[in-house]
Amino acid sequence: MSPTETKTEKIDGWNRPPVIAPDGEGELLEVAMGPHHPSTHGVFRMDLALDGERVVRLKPVFGYLHRNHEKIAEQASYLASMPYTDRLDYICSLTNNWAYALAVEKLVAQQVPERAEYIRVILGELTRIQNHASSIGFLIQEMGASGTPLMYAFKEREKILDLFESLTGSRMMCNYMRFGGCRVDVSAAWLDATRKVVAGLPQFVDEFETLLSSNEILMARCQGVGILKPDLAVNAGVTGPMLRASGVDYDIRKVDRYGIYDRFKFRVPLGDHGDVYDRYMVRILEMRESIRIVEQALKEIPGGPIMDPKAKIRGFRPKPGEAYGRIEAPKGELGFYLISDGGPNPYRYRVRPPSLINLTVLEDMCLGSNVADVVLIFGSVDIVLGEVDR
Amino acid sequence: MNIERAALAPPLKIQQPRTTNHGSRTTISEDALLGEGILKGMAETAKNFFLSYVSKERLTTVEYPEQRIPTVEAARVFPFLVYDGVDWEAGLRCVACQICEKECPPKCIYIDKSKDKKPDYVGKQQFYPTRFDIDISVCMSCQICVEVCPFEAIKMDTEFELATDDRFGGLLYDRKQLARSNEYYHSIHPTEASEVDARLGEEKAKVEAKARAAAEAAAAKAAAPPAPPAGGGS
Amino acid sequence: MATSPLFTDLDQIFIILRNWLVGFLPAALRPATGIVLEVIAIVCVFPGLFALTTVFERKGLGRIQNRLGPNRVGPYGLFQPIADGIKAIIKEDIVPFSANAVVHFLAPLSLVVAVFMEFAVLPMGRNMVLVDLDAGLLFFFSMSVSTELSVFMAGWSSRNKYSLLGAMRAVAQMISYEVVLLLSSVSVVMIAGSLSLPKIVDAQNSYTGIFPHWYIFTPWGLAGFVMYAIAATAETNRSPFDLPEGESELVAGYHTEYSGFKFALFFLGEYLAMFSISGLGTTLFLGGWSAPFSFLTFVPSWIWFFSKVMMSIFVFIWMRGTLPRLRQDQLMNFAWKFCLPYTLLNLIVTALWHFMGEGWMRWVVCTAILVAVYVFMGRVEMRSEHFGPRRYRYAE
Repeated sequence: MSPTETKTEKIDGWNRPPVIAPDGEGELLEVAMGPHHPSTHGVFRMDLALDGERVVRLKPVFGYLHRNHEKIAEQASYLASMPYTDRLDYICSLTNNWAYALAVEKLVAQQVPERAEYIRVILGELTRIQNHASSIGFLIQEMGASGTPLMYAFKEREKILDLFESLTGSRMMCNYMRFGGCRVDVSAAWLDATRKVVAGLPQFVDEFETLLSSNEILMARCQGVGILKPDLAVNAGVTGPMLRASGVDYDIRKVDRYGIYDRFKFRVPLGDHGDVYDRYMVRILEMRESIRIVEQALKEIPGGPIMDPKAKIRGFRPKPGEAYGRIEAPKGELGFYLISDGGPNPYRYRVRPPSLINLTVLEDMCLGSNVADVVLIFGSVDIVLGEVDR
Repeated sequence: MNIERAALAPPLKIQQPRTTNHGSRTTISEDALLGEGILKGMAETAKNFFLSYVSKERLTTVEYPEQRIPTVEAARVFPFLVYDGVDWEAGLRCVACQICEKECPPKCIYIDKSKDKKPDYVGKQQFYPTRFDIDISVCMSCQICVEVCPFEAIKMDTEFELATDDRFGGLLYDRKQLARSNEYYHSIHPTEASEVDARLGEEKAKVEAKARAAAEAAAAKAAAPPAPPAGGGS
Repeated sequence: MATSPLFTDLDQIFIILRNWLVGFLPAALRPATGIVLEVIAIVCVFPGLFALTTVFERKGLGRIQNRLGPNRVGPYGLFQPIADGIKAIIKEDIVPFSANAVVHFLAPLSLVVAVFMEFAVLPMGRNMVLVDLDAGLLFFFSMSVSTELSVFMAGWSSRNKYSLLGAMRAVAQMISYEVVLLLSSVSVVMIAGSLSLPKIVDAQNSYTGIFPHWYIFTPWGLAGFVMYAIAATAETNRSPFDLPEGESELVAGYHTEYSGFKFALFFLGEYLAMFSISGLGTTLFLGGWSAPFSFLTFVPSWIWFFSKVMMSIFVFIWMRGTLPRLRQDQLMNFAWKFCLPYTLLNLIVTALWHFMGEGWMRWVVCTAILVAVYVFMGRVEMRSEHFGPRRYRYAE
């Protein structure tokens, strides 16, 4: 389709976004934004075609960070892939570990003891909180507030990362979940430290909101920008806060009820408009819900083993079969699809990366908006290139 | 490059979710003044500015390298080999079973097994590694080598200021550079090291008890009157 | 105000110093040398303040963000501008091959010269104005508009379509807010009755009880000051109006093709423009060099002037640390659809104030009009641009 034609097609009553024709005889300005760019969250390129200030065409180009994760997993054992999953969405390593552990546990029908499930929930929700805080911080940083909300978010994130370090040994590449439980038990001292950190989190979210949510400039920049309609979102496979901001009620923690999520009381916030402001607010409200979940889990955590005593560690050879395990990662639905042929390595190992699938609708959201808004919309999708490129 | 969207199946009908307004929140009240949000935000930053002179909570900079955050006990950076006693070669716990080499995800461990044997901490004859190299520029600190080692021979160090300007081998550590004493292990991971020592002590006690029992049985047998030869001696 | 001779001397110390230095020369040369000395003083003091401001900005932003600013170079990092200056001077001066070299060279110079001229009419203390022009305010604004020319020269001479776009956007923004700036100063001229800046300060230099007669303490003065402050932020391209020089935008700004010392000159020009516009705002609305309470008049007048200017700079830094940027079209929208009508209304209210005569009645009426219109226009603005507070719901 050449950019000089205007085409609006209706397919079965569902509108494809129109290709906007440039008015006047001016030619289109073709610009590549990235891969070296302060606001592309990593090495990512967007080939924009601009008509004046409006975006006429946008083609994302990625693959700059491809590291052969899935191929390496075919040659490494199941356990050896676990540290590699840390490095997929490198900000949220514990949820990556959990999704992979879930997939393998489904493959071999492995049970997980209760205490390990509680620990997994606590760590997963803490990961969600620090991911949403950083994501909002980066979004506002791109809007030009010279990094003030980013620094506040990172101050809280440091506390959570210190907790991770004292438990797993590493701040970001945690490598903590195992097939059948967790690697190391939590101590009472760690639980106390967690309670203290979580007690300070509601005040942080309140301060964050005072600074940001009612700021008129933020509202003017974010409301009405980058609208994603719910039917497009569902049909493109978008998941996570982006989907819920468009108004679709789909949270895998409520749908699949994996782990022990059915024991916790939490709500799922929804947006009405599907614009950048809704995605920002949904993340803030989800942070508050995550704080509630962690508080409940910290109260109810039982004693017991953290690893199923019947779990096989050395000589792990699952029977031939396949399994798909998915969780509600902070960015969306993170799934691992494993096919085993009876050997120590998987026959096929496939990651369903939420960031990549959420990126497929980037063009639809950006058409017709300003260049300055493209940066904002891209930030609101909240991607991590490690996951997009694997 | 133009990507044509493939013709899709009829789109899903999205059901309107049942929602409740119970607990819904507005960001600010609907009759707020223009500019009120901005002023609230500026009050927030002013609060942070003035409090940063007073409270430690609001000024979180640690001026490295003059000030350092103490490392936690569980921290893991790169592996090292534990040896008991004073002589690192004689006391090295590693028996070159090569399990860590096989399990290492990025395959950064290189082991050569010896031809002869030397006694380990309980006196049993074991192989030992003539070469044990770890390429720390490849190592990803995942700790799987520590988890799978059956002999408590390899543990994680916490030293991270290891930058070097030697491009060709400065980051390839051989077994002499990797060997550290058990006392050092106690100093960086006290709880873990005590547990390991307790377990190894138990093992040693069991082996010694068995040896003593065998010795007593042999002594008892030797002290008993010699049995009549029955077609062949003992 | 009767003050002891010591404090009067302290107040006039720079005048005394100048007269003493000039006294060494024959009478024919004295006026010229006096002016030259004053010019040298201005050229030394304000760039020195600029150097200090760069450090304070970085440290201030750092403290707002709960971190330390630069603190390695010198005590508390105060020698940082020396390090930055050395870096700017020794950097290679790159001129693009196809650029128009003459215009490229002249653009930063014309910016700095125009901004320095603005300081010539600011009264920095009692009797401390370089040139007492009858139309001082007019001169100030004509110099301020010349800076826009240099911005355009920079963008055009670089032969880079992104720089040109950035320059055009910057000039459009500056022109729109220049109108608001001018109109908000016209209210002051209406009441003070003169365009000469020392006379405007004199009109504010009286006290009822302990409270001064600064124009900011009147309803039209407060509204005018708020509009002036917004326009001043936009004129000097500071956050939240700094889209022309935003680094996370595609169009990199009119000074992309400048490196080394010329870039440092642009930087200097921008900060000096901040000082001079704050100086003018202080003179027009905050009483210039007059003391805030009548019992504080013993403190030298130039101390008051400079502290008020530095406080304005602090507010600039505070806003930069807090607020995200506005998009270009939103910026222009805001100027023409909100600021300009409100400033025109302010003119009418000022006239009403003048003609209603003394008494409490004019306070009540003027305040009521200004507040009501502000609230109404705020609602209209938010509704027409489709932004505002929202409700959020939870799934069942």
